[in-house]
Amino acid sequence: MSTGLRTINVKARTGTARTGGARRPFSVTRPRKSVAMTLLMVLFLVYALVPIIWLVVNATKTQGDLFSTFGLSFGHSFALWDNVVATLTHDDGIFLRWLGNTLLYVVVGAGGATFLATLAGYGLAKFRFPGRGAYFAVVLGAVAVPGTALAVPTFLLFSQIGLTNTPWSIIIPSLISPFGLYLIWVYTIDSVPTELLEAARLDGAGEMRTFFTISIRLLAPGIVTVALFSVVATWNNYFLPLIMLTDPDWYPLTVGLNQWSAQAAGVAAEPIFNLVVTGSLITIVPIVVIFLLLQRFWQSGLSAGSVKQ
Amino acid sequence: MTTTPYAARTGHQEAGGATAAPAITIRRRKADWTGWLFTWPFALVFVLVFITPLLYALWLSLFQNQLVGGNSFVGLANYVTAFQDPSFWDGFGRVFGFLLIQVPIMLLLAMVAALAIDSARLYATGLFRVVIFLPYAVPAVVAVLMWGFLYSDNFGLTASINDWLGGTVLQPFARRWITASIGNIVTWEYVGYNMVIFYSALKTIPTELYEAAEIDGARGWQVVRAIKLPAIRGAIVIATIFSIIGSFQLFNEPNVLQPLANNVITSSFTPNMYAYNLSFAGQQYNYSATVAIIMGVITAVIAYVVQMRGSRKEDR
Repeated sequence: MSTGLRTINVKARTGTARTGGARRPFSVTRPRKSVAMTLLMVLFLVYALVPIIWLVVNATKTQGDLFSTFGLSFGHSFALWDNVVATLTHDDGIFLRWLGNTLLYVVVGAGGATFLATLAGYGLAKFRFPGRGAYFAVVLGAVAVPGTALAVPTFLLFSQIGLTNTPWSIIIPSLISPFGLYLIWVYTIDSVPTELLEAARLDGAGEMRTFFTISIRLLAPGIVTVALFSVVATWNNYFLPLIMLTDPDWYPLTVGLNQWSAQAAGVAAEPIFNLVVTGSLITIVPIVVIFLLLQRFWQSGLSAGSVKQ
Repeated sequence: MTTTPYAARTGHQEAGGATAAPAITIRRRKADWTGWLFTWPFALVFVLVFITPLLYALWLSLFQNQLVGGNSFVGLANYVTAFQDPSFWDGFGRVFGFLLIQVPIMLLLAMVAALAIDSARLYATGLFRVVIFLPYAVPAVVAVLMWGFLYSDNFGLTASINDWLGGTVLQPFARRWITASIGNIVTWEYVGYNMVIFYSALKTIPTELYEAAEIDGARGWQVVRAIKLPAIRGAIVIATIFSIIGSFQLFNEPNVLQPLANNVITSSFTPNMYAYNLSFAGQQYNYSATVAIIMGVITAVIAYVVQMRGSRKEDR
């Protein structure tokens, strides 16, 4: 049976292939492949990749090779391993400490942001309650408020209650993701049928129980999407920790790397360019891997965010 | 436990999706607070990290801390100072010019890439989609450090290109070019992100539309102009608004580049850097809050105008 189907498929395909020669009439939905257009897009590809390739290549060079060899070709020696070891052990392993801090901020901050946004987005989509309209308007309006307009007053507030220079000063502001709330709202309307909730209610299940046993499963792809974007936002966060933290022991990778870079380029320069390059590479590898593994989610997430207004 | 609570809760309707008849009865029923069960934790943190700082900033901007007399109420004096402050307007002019040039270039490139990917005429479409998006995952700090190295005279590509051409043709850190150099970094970071937004909108166009266009004998560019561009107008508006907000907030890129271009990137290079340096180098918290609020209001107004213009066109 299945072989039969496949033959038909193959026939159908060869059919299109035969008409797909030079004589085939123009088609919008199934056009001919264009080499010229592909080459044009290769320019985009090169633009996107050159800095990353540069980083990978130069993470393998010694300090001397960094200065003396061409940027996009390998150096005289292959020092990637030495550089990684030097990066991880420099200054009593402060880089590992920064990596740990970043993981802490990502797990608690982005995890919490995902949880809060999921609960609230679901609540807004499935219940009518007093103040719902205003709630929605205020949260979506907040997207237009520049985050940095809030940073200085947040710092002053936090310093008055003694939160600055602690992990909380990074985690608490990371807990809010208006974009995440919006995404879950859209997703709930699309994928959690009200009839299902009604049925659970008739069975006597409480709202919270229904949410945690039924709805959360239906929302899983949306939750992964929100988690992904929250993880990226927290992993890449720079401005907030820069303001809140003075103690290098609490720095995330971004602020720490920038400090190394300033040390390398500053007046009393300490030549640690190889550490900055290798550290940068180590910083982007996990996040790039996550993005490649979860392609399906960011593509659907961005489409939900852009299409439904 | 009776069934009444559940009967009373017919208010549990899908937002906006309710049928007309129960919707009328809902309004007459007693208020149903169940939704707050789910929404209060977000609301609580939101008030703490959004509303409170916003109000606090407004309050701060009405005071001045002077050596003599301490903290005193000065009304709108800080705003008057800001409107006459050349440092503020210098930075504002820079980000505004940045916005007028960098945002259209970036969005145009993103549009070209999205249309190319959507056209089904490329080989290895998936590869292009993923790789061009990838820079979005790179932290801004790392992006700027990488480009900073590429730009640098010591061991960057700039040095190699200049050697090859003989002389100093490329000077990314020169006063004339620094804004363009930053624009390039921002474009690199976000062109793929915007491309995916446009591409996602393009994908929602129903195939029947294309088939109809085909029967009418429409060709490549006609299809783009008559079907694709109108269909993704909403996505264009959204991308434009986010890019405007991003431009006005410009901070990370100039701040990280500063050690490399010390004399060129000043402490008031962008309004945001100005507000930051007023606070953390100058301890002028009140004035810093004023600058932040002015930038917030200008951003919100421009975003609103773009939104209104964008949606008005949609109605036509």
